Amino acid sequence: MAMENLKYRFDGGKPISGETAIVGVLGSGNLEVLVEPARLDGACEIEVSTAARGFGTIWQAVMKDFFARHHAGDIRISVNDAGATPAIVSLRLDQAIETFKGNHK
Amino acid sequence: MTSSYYESTARARIAGLLDANSFHEWLPAAERVTSPHLATLEQPAAFDDGVVVGKGSIAGKKIFIAAQEGGFMGGAVGEVHGAKIVGMLERAVRDQPAAVLLLLETGGVRLQEANAGLIAVSEVMRAILSARAAGVPVIVAIGGQYGCFGGMGIAARCATAIIISEEGRLGLSGPEVIETARGVEEYDSRDRALVWRTVGGKHRYLLGECDTIVPDSMEAFRNAIIASIENGDDWSLQALEREQQLLGDRLQRFGDCRDSRDIWRKLGWPDPDAIAMMDNDEFVAAAQKRCAKQTIKAP
Repeated sequence: MAMENLKYRFDGGKPISGETAIVGVLGSGNLEVLVEPARLDGACEIEVSTAARGFGTIWQAVMKDFFARHHAGDIRISVNDAGATPAIVSLRLDQAIETFKGNHK
Repeated sequence: MTSSYYESTARARIAGLLDANSFHEWLPAAERVTSPHLATLEQPAAFDDGVVVGKGSIAGKKIFIAAQEGGFMGGAVGEVHGAKIVGMLERAVRDQPAAVLLLLETGGVRLQEANAGLIAVSEVMRAILSARAAGVPVIVAIGGQYGCFGGMGIAARCATAIIISEEGRLGLSGPEVIETARGVEEYDSRDRALVWRTVGGKHRYLLGECDTIVPDSMEAFRNAIIASIENGDDWSLQALEREQQLLGDRLQRFGDCRDSRDIWRKLGWPDPDAIAMMDNDEFVAAAQKRCAKQTIKAP
């Protein structure tokens, strides 16, 4: 069972400040999301490593929706996925952004 | 955030047990020190390899801590995972914290990593003993969904003290492993009552393998950890001989028992089936004179 790696970049976001945050666990039907600050000229870069191959278009839609909701820029998001459903992915991404902001002192 | 230890993740346990904002992580997720073996097998690899290590304080005392994440591969110990725990224990020898806390939740060796995982577990055992020999008590907490099994079950028993909840489980071969090896007639891993009375917290407490049994709450685990640190570590020849005698006495008294209920009867419980239904306080009070440590024969 080979992994699939997917990359997305969304430009024109509003830079948000915070501290590196990790949420979720890489368990069956779940995922872990790592958010780090990154100087990307307002862009949001997302890298997904998933055990479930062939769902690239669904990931694209979920990530596009995420960026539309938060417009979060200057961050790098790294995802390790073990077959989470789109709804779980969206909730984890929201949780990751909130944790990232909340960690900011 | 839940106050249940059982339902919490490794990171939530650290946050719930230690003094607020005192935790500093070593090799955090952003460092991406992941398993090279899982990458070779093209399997998903967690950023922290399923274990969180670092330093912090509990009731103002400086401690080092490792917390295994049962949600990632059942908390199984791979090469990197084991090395993180070992490195933390070796640092404890040098830096002399008040204690090392091991929040164990694991099925044992990560089979995908074969010999590297086996070596990692044996290194953890040696490192636990090194820390104790250097005067640092090692306190184990067990209360997660996956229990503490395999080589890490042995590692747990190398520690100064074990704190367990009723939901916690401690053993060598896990229920499914026994059933696979010996057949369902020998051991039915889906019989939850059987599983818990064989490897569950209450039985392990009655046998003297766990020092403290607590209700499933973060606060209860925290208070028990604080008390265990204050108890210190008795590493004397006398203590070892007492432990040896307890084990010998146990084998002699219970060696022919087929079920833990037979053991409980021999320990003086008139109605062994009532044990499972007791709440923690009631059980601890009733166990005062009905556990292996208290009923041991005089030498």
